[in-house]
Amino acid sequence: MIMTRTLLTLFMTLFLSMPLDAQELILYSGRSKSLVEPIIEAFEKETGIRVRVRYGDTSQLAIALLEEGRRSPADLFWAQDGGALGVLSNHDMFSRLPQALINKTPALFQSGNGTWVATSGRARVVAYNPYRVPEHELPESIYDLADPKWANRIGWAPQNASFQTFISAMVALDGREKVKQWLTALRTNGAKSYRSNVPIIQAIAANEIDLGITNHYYLIRFKQSDGNFPVEQIFLREGDPANFVNIAGAGILTTARNKTEAEKFIDFLLSPRGQKFFTNQVFEYPVLDPVTPNPVLLPLPELLEIMPRINIDRLDTLDDTLRLLREVGLL
Amino acid sequence: MISITRKGILAIPWYILLPVVLVGTGVLVPLIYLLVRAFEADAETMSTIVFRWRTFNLFLNTIILTTGVLVTTTLLALPLAWLTTRSDIKGKKIFTLLGIIPLAIPGYVMAYALLGMSGPFGTSAELFGVPIPRPAGYWGSLLALTLYLTPYLFINLRTAMLGIDPALEETAQSFGYPPRVVFFNTVLPQLKPALYSGGLLVALHVLGDFGVVSLMRFETFSYALFLQYTAAFDRIYAAWLALFLILMTVSLLFVDARLLRGLRLSRSGRGARRHRRIVPLGSWKLPAYYFIGVFVFASLIAPIGTIVFWFLSQSDAINLPGLRSATAGSLSVSVPSAVFAALLAIPLAYLGVRFPSAISRAFERVAYVGYAIPPLAFALSLIFFTLQAAPFLYQTLGILIYAFTLHYLAEAMGPIRSALYQAPPQIEEAARSFGYRPFAAFFKATLPLLKKGIIASMAFVFLSAMKELPLTFLLSPIGFETLALNVWSYTIEAMFADAAQYALGVVIVSGVFVFLLLRQEKVG
Repeated sequence: MIMTRTLLTLFMTLFLSMPLDAQELILYSGRSKSLVEPIIEAFEKETGIRVRVRYGDTSQLAIALLEEGRRSPADLFWAQDGGALGVLSNHDMFSRLPQALINKTPALFQSGNGTWVATSGRARVVAYNPYRVPEHELPESIYDLADPKWANRIGWAPQNASFQTFISAMVALDGREKVKQWLTALRTNGAKSYRSNVPIIQAIAANEIDLGITNHYYLIRFKQSDGNFPVEQIFLREGDPANFVNIAGAGILTTARNKTEAEKFIDFLLSPRGQKFFTNQVFEYPVLDPVTPNPVLLPLPELLEIMPRINIDRLDTLDDTLRLLREVGLL
Repeated sequence: MISITRKGILAIPWYILLPVVLVGTGVLVPLIYLLVRAFEADAETMSTIVFRWRTFNLFLNTIILTTGVLVTTTLLALPLAWLTTRSDIKGKKIFTLLGIIPLAIPGYVMAYALLGMSGPFGTSAELFGVPIPRPAGYWGSLLALTLYLTPYLFINLRTAMLGIDPALEETAQSFGYPPRVVFFNTVLPQLKPALYSGGLLVALHVLGDFGVVSLMRFETFSYALFLQYTAAFDRIYAAWLALFLILMTVSLLFVDARLLRGLRLSRSGRGARRHRRIVPLGSWKLPAYYFIGVFVFASLIAPIGTIVFWFLSQSDAINLPGLRSATAGSLSVSVPSAVFAALLAIPLAYLGVRFPSAISRAFERVAYVGYAIPPLAFALSLIFFTLQAAPFLYQTLGILIYAFTLHYLAEAMGPIRSALYQAPPQIEEAARSFGYRPFAAFFKATLPLLKKGIIASMAFVFLSAMKELPLTFLLSPIGFETLALNVWSYTIEAMFADAAQYALGVVIVSGVFVFLLLRQEKVG
């Protein structure tokens, strides 16, 4: 008898998912727990809605969502990168969001068919070792890096999603041929491929390379734990593709059972409180004008001024970008 | 006397066959999934993605890395295993534990630690003023993989050395052969099954590794596969690459099966076995300590030192409630997986050893195919099938444990298989001639002899499960977390101080578990 009951309890804990609460939200978060857990907890406290989060890698979660298809338990997908949102949107996985929500964000960051919304900005920068790259030697444009003087001194992450979205942006701005030449030139220049941005910055500090193309917020974290960390970063000249700003953003699944809660969550992320969190704690750019960015960052209007005029929504050309990277032998 | 080494599949009792069939089906499911996806491909894209020079280069890279790691791990593990079982060095138990613990350090943490230590701004330069060169590429991968994979061979070899009948060596010595000849002609052949299964495991790990090669920037097959999934959001061409990877594993398994053919190593003599003879090292003692010391330093003290250094760099980082719930999550999946995998490995290994035939060997090898299926593909196939067939199972702890058990079954096979080779079938046959039913005879006569093997198997699976990422990512219940997930989550955001406490959690929990298991070895 006791045995049966034990077995039954065991079975229940192993194979039954938790019963659904009245007010809850199932979130697939490609943004890591280490970054966003506090803001999710703040949302729970303010609204009383329980958020159950599945943390993971943005692209892995996107693939899982495609595999789950119409049976997905998720209400909301929060991605680290605009590209993943585009892929899911192209597979008709997202439903349309209220226009008012989308209109809160700058035009360049908006989704054309209104299926996702930007929640924060992630700028591309050039990071360098100030002891090995004197100021006068710094490039003015991303295309300067094709110069032979940079041979074996550059690091990049061709396999990384942010890099690929950045390449899509370059192609949209300057055409495929020019970008292909640039990629080939950098490759023959011996640019070293890293898995992601963090190892690039570590490699700059370790003198393995002198300069790297990366996202803006990692270095700030390194500097926070060590003020003497020997790496600096810059934007290049106004409008240069190097200054491309990618986004993190969210979309509501067509199969969502808790749409209202999901909208409330997005609304919360776009509230001044949510935006202040991103800029003060995560060191990202706010996507809401009245919110002042962290003093280590540029003010939003200035950022919008120097970034290339390219709409994020036009960057759903991942397939072509991958083909391009394969053609030049980087993938 | 009733022989239990009869040939033919009909002679196999149901309680052996049932688990084998279960495992076989479990492995078949992802294979079917991969085939379904693979045949969605169109010819033109196939040729640009799959059949190109790059694929061939990746293939070559994979082969040379696997071979290299096999050589280095063997060169390290063989002397380590001998020293900790047969020599008169002191502290064998502690050295054994120290030889196993590197398994508790996730590969990518090992790679991050090596990178963090080296270079003019690394921990080594900061703390001791001695900058060490940065490892990268082939040699960097070789170094990091060797350091964390050597324990697999070490445990396998150690278990086998403990199981060698000392009478064999003594007989050889009584014929006047010098010790070195005795070692190569008598001892080494006894170690074959352990060497093969340990080597197989090492090779499978290298084939499947992503964490180390990606950080060391050496492109192998599984690296490309991973990129195909995560960079291209592609499930079709990734399926092709996964099938290639599985094919490579199957060829390895084939080689392994050929090598093991006709092997029979159990004692044939009568009477109680005696204790092993301990070899006095004499003037070789100091070099022996030195050798072990260098290995322990490189594989354990240096990486853990780096983690501790990260941890100390930010004193306010410790997060007790987070650690507690992550530890509970890790244990709730790792412990059952270790137990189930060892339980399943017994009938599978038994089938291969006691009913030697082409078919039974194939069945036994099925366990390794489970391991060869890239975890990402395995997880996607389980998403696909559970949602189609049994949606109520989706994202439950049970499914996660099921996936872990099937995936890590291969790690449990080696030690149990080696132990079975050394367990004489005669005892079981005798038990049966006394009227015990086959199952009871196995239980009473053979099972006790497998104890050390079972313990080593559980240790392997547990240690791997503690570090697991891709299966946990995609299959765990919503809101579930483990220590490894936290390590990953903080590491990728460059928050090393926060990651460090979870990494230390993995190492400590793994260390305690292995310590408890090793203590069991002594009892009874």
